[in-house]
Amino acid sequence: MQLYATELMGAETYDDQGNFVGRVREFFIEPADQANRIARFLLSRGRFQPLIARHDQVATVAPGTIRLNCSERALELYQPNEGWLAVRKDLLDQQIIDTKGRKVVRVNDVDLTEQRNNGNVELRLTQVDVGLPGAVRRLLQGVVSASMVRKMQRKLPQRTIRWEFVNLIEPDPLRRVKLRITHEKLEDLHPADLAEIMESLSAAERQGIIASLDEEMAGRVLAELDERLTTQIVEKLDPEKAADILEEMAPDAAADLLAELPKETSEELLDEMPGQEAEEVRELLAFDPSTAGGMMNTDFVFIGDTATRDEVLNWMRTQDLNFDALDTVVLLDTSAHFSGIVPVARLLLSAPEQSLTEMKLEPLLSVEADADESEVFELFDKYNLRTLTVVDEHQHPIGTIAVDDVVSRLVAK
Amino acid sequence: MNWESIATRVEGMRTRGTDLQKRLRGLRRRVALLLAVVGPGIITSNVDNDAGGISVYTQAGAQYGYTLLWSLIPMTIALYVTGEMCARMGVVTGKGLSDLIREEFGFRATFFVMVAGFFVDLANVVAEFAGIAAAMQIFHVSKYISVPIAAVIVWALVLRGTYRQVEVVFLAACVLYLAYVVSAIFAKPDWLEAARNVAIPSLHFNAGYLVMLTGLVGTTIAPWQFFYMQAGFVEKKVSVRQYPQARADVLIGSVSCMAIVFFIIVCTAATLYAHGQRSITDAAEAASALVPLAGKWAGTLFAFGLLNASLFAASILPLSTAHVICEGLGFEAGIDNKFSEAPIFYWLYTILIVAGAGIVLLPNAPLWKILIFSQVGNGIWLPVVLIFILLLVNRRDLMGEYVNTLTFNVVAWVTAIAMILLTMVLTYTAIFPAASLPAP
Repeated sequence: MQLYATELMGAETYDDQGNFVGRVREFFIEPADQANRIARFLLSRGRFQPLIARHDQVATVAPGTIRLNCSERALELYQPNEGWLAVRKDLLDQQIIDTKGRKVVRVNDVDLTEQRNNGNVELRLTQVDVGLPGAVRRLLQGVVSASMVRKMQRKLPQRTIRWEFVNLIEPDPLRRVKLRITHEKLEDLHPADLAEIMESLSAAERQGIIASLDEEMAGRVLAELDERLTTQIVEKLDPEKAADILEEMAPDAAADLLAELPKETSEELLDEMPGQEAEEVRELLAFDPSTAGGMMNTDFVFIGDTATRDEVLNWMRTQDLNFDALDTVVLLDTSAHFSGIVPVARLLLSAPEQSLTEMKLEPLLSVEADADESEVFELFDKYNLRTLTVVDEHQHPIGTIAVDDVVSRLVAK
Repeated sequence: MNWESIATRVEGMRTRGTDLQKRLRGLRRRVALLLAVVGPGIITSNVDNDAGGISVYTQAGAQYGYTLLWSLIPMTIALYVTGEMCARMGVVTGKGLSDLIREEFGFRATFFVMVAGFFVDLANVVAEFAGIAAAMQIFHVSKYISVPIAAVIVWALVLRGTYRQVEVVFLAACVLYLAYVVSAIFAKPDWLEAARNVAIPSLHFNAGYLVMLTGLVGTTIAPWQFFYMQAGFVEKKVSVRQYPQARADVLIGSVSCMAIVFFIIVCTAATLYAHGQRSITDAAEAASALVPLAGKWAGTLFAFGLLNASLFAASILPLSTAHVICEGLGFEAGIDNKFSEAPIFYWLYTILIVAGAGIVLLPNAPLWKILIFSQVGNGIWLPVVLIFILLLVNRRDLMGEYVNTLTFNVVAWVTAIAMILLTMVLTYTAIFPAASLPAP
């Protein structure tokens, strides 16, 4: 039978002799043991110390009444345990992340099903109720009879989330470990979705999530977050962890983030990062954020313009290239000056022996690093660009600006 | 004069120059830090001076001259203390007040706070639209034109804007309160006498005076403002590190709000009270009465101030209410969401505006009764909300090192109890108006 935590809160509990023992005030799950089983029932007895009934001591469960299969003397006294998840305190009215619907929701009620074993009944948590039926039950519990409430809720639209898709939010790292809360499910989300979820949480909760993600995912999420939040989060992270995350980020995103931090903090983090990555980021930081240099990414693929298609493809196969940034290659002439760009698609479709010079996009476009961002926007708009090369004063390419950098700048305006 | 001394002089000037630059840069940095946070405190405190508030201040000045001015200082303290607690809670927990009530006191408590809040706020919204109607009538615009236009402006402002844009509009509205300062200057008051009355309390023990005092306090601290302010800081993602700036925001708000009250009372005291026109009952009437006494501009600015205040409060109240209810009951909320993402939020917002404006447009709308109901409602709701706040702000598991200190608790509880007593008196006199007849 379908049961609800609300209906069972305050249920009168009787022992095997039919003697009244106490009222149910809380349910505990032991995540270390089984993730969805109600392992213990807290029974309050007025001024006496509360008792705990284990799941194998429960004979029958019905709304308002619970019968045990043992005597009162077999029950333990209640001792608080951080490793138990309390349904009422930790779940009801709290926010959780719905990893399937990709948003933060508040729990109204918890749905349970009975599972009969020989001699006892176990309650399994199947889903959390975040819709109107749960709200109505919470409101009317104890005022109107349970059967009346059940009749009313049938007409209401359901909104529930299966327990597998529920990700609890626990800011305290020690408790998180004890409750076996992992954020593996969150790592399956798109970084942009997770960033949006985090924006609706409190600072401590955001911190908890970032701390438990792997560095790569944490970096991707930070790149998507509102910059006010990224600085708050990074400042509070352990510098070593923060440096590890920055290392995983694209240099331009890392530079954008560091530019927002106080000077001492960003220096400290750069010192923690490995030499080459730190150097790239430092170079980017030297540019004014509102110039082409401030927008560019130094992580780009460049090739001599005399190479043929096959030479290039063979070379590219052997390199550990970043696929996200790989839609264009930049061409250099023999004196390392900028000589054009070739979209990878054009590269793929041309003849094996064709040289890259013949595939160049016309007209030849580039900006100097100190060009204002508005100039960049105009070029992208006018020529429908996807990539624009940034050059230094000697016409050496030093980075590229991708269309997604332009879009996010324009949206931020 | 030799080269050396010139060189040292130049060097000295240069270092002084860079010193100054450094100091300017430091100042600019601090201002920038403050500006990033500023908003919720200033906006909320200024919305306190809404249609109902301005009516009360006007009456206070017209009936008792400068003699009630001393109450502004304790009121500033009360406003700051209560506001600061909410700002602190928002900054430290990163959660809105209704979120916290829900998480700590459960669904049922939250539900009743929300339902009560909805109706009280609706009454307040009606009062604001009534203020708009009254102010525009002074400019000879019929309420059948002014109120629908105002409703559309208010509705669109929030629906079309992002939080940042809306905040800028609201902050600009705060500046428009300066109309009352100009109005007061036109009234040529006795500034010295006014200043003396601010500093030196003069208690008169007659019923009318005490009721007026109660009214002043009661309209200044409204229950919904706590929710709005806290949500504002949460929505701005103000961090604990920025708490000093948030506190400064609340302080600036409380002081500027009270400064405006000062000018309103001074303006009416110098004109209406001085010329014996002491039976003024509302702000619109005062604005018309000002014209022969202090000139056309004083009256116009006074009416403009009322319009601005009413329009301002009418935009914030529905927004705040919809926010609070959705937050508490677990629906998506916030104007950074689209309509389809937060339908209940936008529907509540729309209903509050349509119903609020609609009631004012009813041909024989009992506006006077609604105004009283809104004040009574605020009075009943305020103690409940204050007690929730005090219980929450003292929870170490929520607030950590930022729980109330003993001194703060004493001030806050005294404020809360005083507010509760005063609003009970106000509520009583609002229900039994016979008690509030001004003494001659």
